[in-house]
Amino acid sequence: MADVHLPTTLTPLFAGLPRRLDLEAATVDDAIGRLDAQWPGLRDRLCDPSQGVIRQHIHVYVDRERAGLDTPLEPRSRVDVIAAISGG
Amino acid sequence: MSRTVLLVGTRKGLFVLESDADRQKWSMRGAYCEGWPIYHAVFDRDSGAIYAAAASEWHGSSIWRSPDLGETWTQSSEGLAYEDGRRMSKVSSLSAAHGRVLVGVEAPGIFESRDEGATWAPYSMLDGQPGKEGWDDPANQPPGHLGISAITSDENDPNRVWAIVQGNSLFETTDDGTTWTPRNRGLRADWPREHEEVGFCVHKVVWSRTDPQRMYQQNHVGMHRSDDAGATWTEITEGLPTEFGFAAAAHPHDRDTFHVIPLDPGHGRTMPDGQAAVWRTKDAGSSWERLANGLPQENAHLGVLRHGMTGDTYDTPGYYFGTSTGQVYATADDGESWSEIASYLPAISSVEVAVLD
Repeated sequence: MADVHLPTTLTPLFAGLPRRLDLEAATVDDAIGRLDAQWPGLRDRLCDPSQGVIRQHIHVYVDRERAGLDTPLEPRSRVDVIAAISGG
Repeated sequence: MSRTVLLVGTRKGLFVLESDADRQKWSMRGAYCEGWPIYHAVFDRDSGAIYAAAASEWHGSSIWRSPDLGETWTQSSEGLAYEDGRRMSKVSSLSAAHGRVLVGVEAPGIFESRDEGATWAPYSMLDGQPGKEGWDDPANQPPGHLGISAITSDENDPNRVWAIVQGNSLFETTDDGTTWTPRNRGLRADWPREHEEVGFCVHKVVWSRTDPQRMYQQNHVGMHRSDDAGATWTEITEGLPTEFGFAAAAHPHDRDTFHVIPLDPGHGRTMPDGQAAVWRTKDAGSSWERLANGLPQENAHLGVLRHGMTGDTYDTPGYYFGTSTGQVYATADDGESWSEIASYLPAISSVEVAVLD
């Protein structure tokens, strides 16, 4: 089970979405798909639907390494989804 | 007694200001929409819902909806995306009428929802219109570009819609988006244009409520009036302190009365000489008068954007404008006196008003 951590900007948008949860997923894309299945619309908040990539100012790290949608997850991977710096 | 509800869209969420028919005391609530930057918020008279077009740097563009004047909210962008790979940087303008919601986006295109904002589908990309090859060029899409900067639905004809492509043109469709016609004849442009019918910088168009043929336009270069529903335009700038501005509002009961907020046209784009003023014509632009009673007249470098001014429909109408420094000013006596009804909001992008019985 991957240990997934979500940004505080995301959780208010979806009823019941926690900051942290365990997910069975093979890749980052798979993990986002599973979140979207439970909270419809969540994928669009993390990925650009026109481009099919993670949004420019959303950074995803798998075990502290910058990741993309196709990055594989290990059973005990930690996934951090970060709302990156955007102004001061 | 009637309720007067102002929807104030800001860089940090939507705020709702409310008063009664007297419009003297105002309460405020918000920020709504989780503090997302709001580009435009409107009230849907059919359903009683608020719609807010918002674009987050983190989470993209979405349309927020509240069925209860702000108490509860949902948001959705399902279907609100280009399928050809073009990037949608923001949702810029809304129109709610005839049981549907239209949203203008950047890169320029229009999407619609017929299920109260739950899902979206392409309405029109204005294919085939002159200038489209230019407005789809990323070089012509700076970060602040709004794409479709305004949409107006005809209140009586669901097949008739007006759209402004920022920096290009005003367009009209009378067949529900199937075909479009540029409506810019007579407008001035102080720059070279590639096409005869387009290439004009239309900032804001407002309609008379009493005469559907009468329209007013604040352009990048000049004020204009149309007496034939946009088929031709006549410049009416003479008498105004500058030819540049964004915000405008028409009188709800008098076709010849119209308000505008002239701005300095350079980088600042604030009210001239640091003195706040709204300018009014009562004779369709033959002459202008300066309205400033109650507005700050010293060191008031206020800017107002294109969605930033509106007017209500009372017998003695009120007008409202929000500034890029977070103040909302209002008049309840047809512009004769003004007061500051909000002082410390984030930068304001849009102000719309609804009178609820």
